[in-house]
Amino acid sequence: MKIVVLVKHVPDATGERSFAADGTVDRTSSDGLLSELDEYAVEQALQIADERDDVEVVAMTLGPDDAADAIKRSLQMGSSAGIHIIDDAVHGSDALATSSLLAEAIKKSAPDLVICGMASTDGTMGVIPAMIAERLGWPAATLGATLSVADDHVTIRRDTDVASLTIEAGLPAIVSVTDQSGEARYPSMKGILAAKKKPVESWTLADLGIDTTAVGLDAACSKVVQTTPRPPKEPGRVITDEDGAGSAALVDFLTAGKYV
Amino acid sequence: MSEVLIVAEQAESHVSKPALELLTLARRLGEPVAVVFGETEETVTKTLAEYGATRVLFIADPAITDYLVAPKAEALAQVAADLDLAAILITSSPEGKEIAGRLAVKLESGLITDATDIAADGTTTQSVFAGNWTVTAAVTRGIPVVTVKPNAATPEAAPSEPAAEQVTVTISDAAKTARIVSSEPKQSSGRPELTEAAVVVSGGRGTGGDFAEIEDLADVLGGAVGASRAAVDAGWYPYAYQIGQTGKTVSPQLYIAAGISGAIQHRAGMQTSKAIVAVNKDAEAPIFALADLGVVGDLHKVLSGAIEEIKKRKG
Repeated sequence: MKIVVLVKHVPDATGERSFAADGTVDRTSSDGLLSELDEYAVEQALQIADERDDVEVVAMTLGPDDAADAIKRSLQMGSSAGIHIIDDAVHGSDALATSSLLAEAIKKSAPDLVICGMASTDGTMGVIPAMIAERLGWPAATLGATLSVADDHVTIRRDTDVASLTIEAGLPAIVSVTDQSGEARYPSMKGILAAKKKPVESWTLADLGIDTTAVGLDAACSKVVQTTPRPPKEPGRVITDEDGAGSAALVDFLTAGKYV
Repeated sequence: MSEVLIVAEQAESHVSKPALELLTLARRLGEPVAVVFGETEETVTKTLAEYGATRVLFIADPAITDYLVAPKAEALAQVAADLDLAAILITSSPEGKEIAGRLAVKLESGLITDATDIAADGTTTQSVFAGNWTVTAAVTRGIPVVTVKPNAATPEAAPSEPAAEQVTVTISDAAKTARIVSSEPKQSSGRPELTEAAVVVSGGRGTGGDFAEIEDLADVLGGAVGASRAAVDAGWYPYAYQIGQTGKTVSPQLYIAAGISGAIQHRAGMQTSKAIVAVNKDAEAPIFALADLGVVGDLHKVLSGAIEEIKKRKG
């Protein structure tokens, strides 16, 4: 069984994130890392590999040079190989172009199962798995809090506000998993050393048969008009609770705001 | 005037508040046409009419309840083909976003998610990077497909007189592949919907697992209860109430964070709240930087004291 895990290299959410002059996410001025939410996807793939003898886990990313770090981390965690889709023309691609590129790459790689995180931590759209499924005509079992795999189908549990759903889909399929699916493992020293010898392929748009004018900022179907940093918040009042002063301050605040 | 398609979520004949917000925003762009997934219901039509729907289309195909997401997107694409649309607006729920993504592919249209506002010319506003940046954007190709966050607008009545229309769609086999084999309803808390509530009281690691005061304060304020990821991971509160990057984003009039340190992942889910109160033992907790009122102290003491006082005043 071949599993492709889609991984994204994102700016560190705990650092200062900002935009470049062209309205795209600034990926150079702050440190990047494998999106935390994709670690859960890698973990689920590795758990399947732990349970079965026939599993190959391929980490696939789309992005500039630095994105190789997302593959590296996936390999260190235990993935068997990497595919880095890299092409200057990709810069500024919207969700439509991104899903189209990834769908072509998945076709070329021909896995039985694709596992994704629930969203990226930078764009946070959470639409790519569904859009890839739409393009490939594959079943999409998305937002799994649990994932189990049989020879010919996958089962997930999807928790909504009103119900807990069990969803079944035949293979090949695309799934996404949430942060409820289970803690991701840390790379072991052995894993870190082994990762250096694992194969990573680079694919360009030409390898995928995609025209460079079909992707990128100019081909995007939406455009950013303006980006504005949120003004810093005026410091509020901070008091230390002593002899009920905290409760009194809270009640005063609630009364002043007409919440009670 | 062009039409604007909105997807009106409803449950047991009750139209969701975000659906009314979509109608209010849609009226800026054109004549709102509401799609409801389910059997025709007069009460649903009546509510949507009151808030300005010029047409109400009911789609009740069994595939919609038997399979995940894909049939809804297919049905909407078929409805969209017969209309002259200025935009399609869908509520930013996990399902809403997936429907929107699929529709954008089908219609070859630009997609914008998590809008917090939309202007008459279609320009959207989004709050990004954990609420630290505001982005305005516009769709430049196709029918704009936009998902809108709950609380983006205040529903405004605009009575019209649409007739309920039943629409028949054809769902392909390709859309019937992710089968819902079982559905276990969750018990309702009886409190307001988290993303719609005017007041949210949230508990974190500092509760030590005891949410009694959090729930009591929420109840005296008529608010909803939320939880930080640390509290959910510890098994103290269900995932459905998690606020933050991987849970719900809330933007209430008042957010009370009790025993929550305020990691960036949590702030992503509540930073745009109008007023913020923080109660935490650790004076260095980053949540205090966001707070209009911060109380350094034991949350159980501070909250129970406040609840007692409020109850006393209420008599």
